[in-house]
Amino acid sequence: MKKYNFSMLNIFKIFISLYFFSFIHSNAFAIETIEIAGGGTKQINIAVMPYKEIAQDKTNSRMHQIIAADLYRSGFFRPLDIEGLVNKPSTLSEINYPEMTAIEAQVMTLGQVEINNNRMKVNWFLVDINKKTILTTMEFSGPVAQYRAIAHKISDTIYEKLTGIPGVFSTKISYISKNKGRYSLNVADADGFNVQSVVGSPQPLISARWSPDGTKFAYVSFEKKKPIIYIQSLVTGQRTVVANFKGNNSSPSWSPDGRRLAIVLTYNANSQIYLIDPDGSNLKPLIQSAHIDTEPVWSPDGKFIYFTSDRGGRPQIYKVSSSGGEPQRVSFEGNQNLNPNISPDGKMLAYVMQDEGRFRVVLHDLQTGQITKITDGPFDEAPKFSPNGHVILYAHKINGSGELSTVSIDGVVRQSFNIHADDIREPAWGPFVK
Amino acid sequence: MKKSLLLATLLSLFLVGCSSTPINDVSKPTGPSVSDDEKDLDLASLRDPNNILSKRSIYFDYDKDVVKAEYKDLVAAHAKYVSTHPKAKMTLTGNTDDRGSREYNVSLGQRRSVSVKKSMNVLGAQDTQIETVSFGEERADTNCKDDACYGKDRRVDISYEKE
Repeated sequence: MKKYNFSMLNIFKIFISLYFFSFIHSNAFAIETIEIAGGGTKQINIAVMPYKEIAQDKTNSRMHQIIAADLYRSGFFRPLDIEGLVNKPSTLSEINYPEMTAIEAQVMTLGQVEINNNRMKVNWFLVDINKKTILTTMEFSGPVAQYRAIAHKISDTIYEKLTGIPGVFSTKISYISKNKGRYSLNVADADGFNVQSVVGSPQPLISARWSPDGTKFAYVSFEKKKPIIYIQSLVTGQRTVVANFKGNNSSPSWSPDGRRLAIVLTYNANSQIYLIDPDGSNLKPLIQSAHIDTEPVWSPDGKFIYFTSDRGGRPQIYKVSSSGGEPQRVSFEGNQNLNPNISPDGKMLAYVMQDEGRFRVVLHDLQTGQITKITDGPFDEAPKFSPNGHVILYAHKINGSGELSTVSIDGVVRQSFNIHADDIREPAWGPFVK
Repeated sequence: MKKSLLLATLLSLFLVGCSSTPINDVSKPTGPSVSDDEKDLDLASLRDPNNILSKRSIYFDYDKDVVKAEYKDLVAAHAKYVSTHPKAKMTLTGNTDDRGSREYNVSLGQRRSVSVKKSMNVLGAQDTQIETVSFGEERADTNCKDDACYGKDRRVDISYEKE
């Protein structure tokens, strides 16, 4: 069983410590165009060589395994099988280019890890196999406790170098677990490691949402036998009530500037969307109807709120100006559409489409109107874009128990998380922390 | 708080690891209720297994919030109880099966609790004595394979404060 070394402060320390590595950049970022040999694939073939670990009692590096797993999960890279290679270089002079070309590597990464007195230093390279040139060479150092964090930082650097988009391997995710009848809101690294509990309860917790600056959560707790919205600081652990009105208080969504929340209240009627300040003041209805209006999400520019409504008979996605007005219907295909999430650039919606008895995650291109099913169901829900928009985290069910997976936005690469709990659900992806 | 409950709470805390903000179950009964309530609220009639007021669940058809005819007497009995006991506070808690999103299911469950409340309003029960809430799919059976099973999740539960 995973042992959680837990403290609220620790979570914040992790955010802080990521910015205390010493980075020595020997070249500036520039987008590298890799010539794709073979064609028909968007994935880059990368050979991730074992980084030679120079430490007492340690001869095998696991750094390359963390990096290869990161890059694979992104959907943009195909880490090659390097087990059979005779030559496994850890320095530039050891590279055997014909051997790399033979396994169809387009790029490779190699390096060395030096560990001394609880400090570590990683010298690593990213090499273009066809051009035989160094794309990146860097030295990262930090405390040994940051081993995985440093590996993720290397993955991020490789990712940005080759795609032009920042990687999300150093970001955090959250989810709700249910274990032996107890619910917990947890934060973990983007690869599911390093789990820490933020809040635990004997009653259900749902709809946890990161504040835009990543320092707080808004979530819904049923601890008082009805849904009530709380905000909890990851820095101090302090918890405050945002909304505890008669009826349900649920579905919080932060405005992009973090100054307002869209929430759903019912009083003694159907779910309706309101806006409120995070301290619980300044409550205003956004729209009013006799139907269900719920699951509000803000567009990244703060101008619109997308939501789910059954005003047309079945649940469908609508949008309305964040200052109110007449909603417009957005989704038309499928029997039902619900549970929207918007991409960081505001160009794509991900939501759950119920059709032919299956609940699947679909992507809706808001410019072209094109809809692509990216998961197979049957019970997929809660899609959340990664902060760079390249991957979607979602929940699904296997034999009645909830699990999390990621899927690349082209639907090609799906990977499940190996998190140990009876049931996990309600994922959310934390922001880039600047 | 009972000793066994305290132990169970401590144990669950231990099993989860050191959760920094543990929430304890505040809604467990704290002991025998005061006799004033017993009399004012006629709690005995709510508990009597031979009284229709002891029946507390109303079941719904798939994707429907219409209170079916078979629950007419049950709804009427609770509406009458509320209207004749001005100090009574009723909570109607809607539930759904576990298909679809959690938040949408909170809204669906709410629609069902509102539907039951409206039926009771017609019979004289006042909104001030009733709170409609929803647990959505949070109490649903997650291992359902057929509609007979899902049907048990599509319900509104009636409960009273101080009972």
